Amino acid sequence: MQADDLKLKLDAEAVLRSKSLTDLALARLWRDRLSMIAIAILLFLTLASIAAPLITGALGVDPNTTDASESKYLPLFSEGHLLGTDNLGRDHLARLLYAGQVSLFIGFMSAFLALVIGVTLGILTGYFGGVIDDVVNWIITTLNSIPGLVLLIVISAVFKPDANSLILVIVFLTWTATTRLVRGETLSIRSREYIVSARAIGASHFRIMQVHILPNVFSLTIVTLARNIGIVMLIEAALSFLGLGVQPPTATWGNMLSKSREFITKAPHLMIFPGLLITVVVLCLYVLGDGLRDAFDPTATD
Amino acid sequence: MVKYIVRRLVQSIPTFFGITLLSYLLLWLAPGSVVERLYLAPNIKAETRARLAKQLGIDDPFHIQYLRWLAGDDWLRWDSDGDGIADGSFTLLAPLDEDGDGIPEPPGDNYGILRGDFGRSFVKKEPVMDVFMANLLATLELGIAAILTSLVIGIPVGVISAVTRGRLFDNTSRVMAVIFDAVPNFYLAYILILIFAVGLDLVPIGGRCVPNLYGVCPPFYARMDYLILPTIVFAAGFVALFSRYIRTSTLEVLSQDYIRTARAKGLSPRVVNFRHAMRNAMIPVATLLGPIITNVWAGAIVIETVFAWPGVGRIAFTSAIQQDYPVVMGIVIFASLGTILGFLLSDILYVLIDPRIRLD
Repeated sequence: MQADDLKLKLDAEAVLRSKSLTDLALARLWRDRLSMIAIAILLFLTLASIAAPLITGALGVDPNTTDASESKYLPLFSEGHLLGTDNLGRDHLARLLYAGQVSLFIGFMSAFLALVIGVTLGILTGYFGGVIDDVVNWIITTLNSIPGLVLLIVISAVFKPDANSLILVIVFLTWTATTRLVRGETLSIRSREYIVSARAIGASHFRIMQVHILPNVFSLTIVTLARNIGIVMLIEAALSFLGLGVQPPTATWGNMLSKSREFITKAPHLMIFPGLLITVVVLCLYVLGDGLRDAFDPTATD
Repeated sequence: MVKYIVRRLVQSIPTFFGITLLSYLLLWLAPGSVVERLYLAPNIKAETRARLAKQLGIDDPFHIQYLRWLAGDDWLRWDSDGDGIADGSFTLLAPLDEDGDGIPEPPGDNYGILRGDFGRSFVKKEPVMDVFMANLLATLELGIAAILTSLVIGIPVGVISAVTRGRLFDNTSRVMAVIFDAVPNFYLAYILILIFAVGLDLVPIGGRCVPNLYGVCPPFYARMDYLILPTIVFAAGFVALFSRYIRTSTLEVLSQDYIRTARAKGLSPRVVNFRHAMRNAMIPVATLLGPIITNVWAGAIVIETVFAWPGVGRIAFTSAIQQDYPVVMGIVIFASLGTILGFLLSDILYVLIDPRIRLD
């Protein structure tokens, strides 16, 4: 009898010590060199943007100080201006860093909000079905049938958003993908035995959704998060490029690029850097997205 | 098959209805709309304002205005407020001479978007349909060129990539695909303009052609140079998409038994790869066509703006900036119809190509 107890206890400890799917996935991600490089670059650029006031303070430059004298269109490695100056004599590096704050914030925030809405609505519609499901589905199909950028341009031209309302506009158009994904997964989980037995012992709907469904759909959505941030950043860049996103003097990488087309021959570096930063960040997010997908793939073996 | 297509068409009716509702709602909510312009304009007298509002029908409730926009008012002859304009009481049976002055009220002159009447552009004063049609050809030219280019490059790259898995070609093309996926198309456009138009002066910076004396573009073959850069930029993302999907599906097909059998028979790798494998590996092309047609509309806005290409995308952008709402709404609805048809086409192709798919 005692031996049995001991064995049970040992088994329980073994279960506790065994790695969860998330632990395994994180371990796999840790070994994936490409994903780690992507994370490192993203971290570096994010931290540099957050620390923009410190960096520009140390360099003695300011993103909005215009220098009307002779320091317009300074080339790279000019004295006091590492990446030169723009058409108004503002320091290019300082503007890039401050623009990064806005661009990255819009990207992360929109993707996060879309994720929250998508998971909530997806679980609710998938779990309850019925009229809510039909209505939400109708809205999703409708939104997906309108080319996103076309609608976005109309909304932005009509309502002229600032950085914060732009986030809401982007979320309005991007919540559908996650919702569909989560809804589909919830539908398939809903009819499994452990949900049925949870119902049988009297668990409330809320508890079932919270304890039994949410953890199962979560890894699915985390995997798409990195890629979604990238997509959102491209959308923001395109909008700001068209002059419909965040308005100057607030700099974003997109509107810096937009302005630079007027002096494309005079100062090509003003065009190259903002675009390069967008490309690098989105590239890293896509690479990380692929890495996460592979790492969280339950059929993968070590 | 016909039954399937009909069912799919019927299914897209609520979607179309949703699109019209959403676009009209946007117009309704828009600051600086007709209503607001009318009410905020400083030098319009109060009675003029009231008369104009009545004439334009903008003091009617939302659903009446929406239905009038949708179905027109030429069949509405019931003029309840006696201003000589049918005001949206929607019944065909209504008496023609409601105010009893012996003269029937004139019907409205708006046919509604369901019959292709999108109203007139505020800016150009032409019917929206004419504005759209005048620019459609340029966008189709660019869109078709881009899709064809991406198919011609993307499919072979994907197949060769799969066949040479893990070798130099495969790795290079995969890295290129990720990069082209991530680079914003307007940035790519600028870099190419900087190198090939400004630097090397090989191609024009933008535009569609140099018009001849009559202001018309020369025939297609005489202005190919204008098409090169926009097509490359447009196609870059599609090539990345096609090559990735084709690579995956080819790898999947190559591991199947019938390919091993074909190899065992002693057929040359070329015949096996391109005759046996490629056919089944083509299925993703059908699935991708829907999303890609959607992307043509969205991409057109950015690319046509960068290259000053006189198409629907550029009109959409300039109209949005000028708050020319009839044109904007017309384009939203046309683009959405194009998207719905694109997805329908995609599904039909899918059924045609893949015999494993059953219709029901």
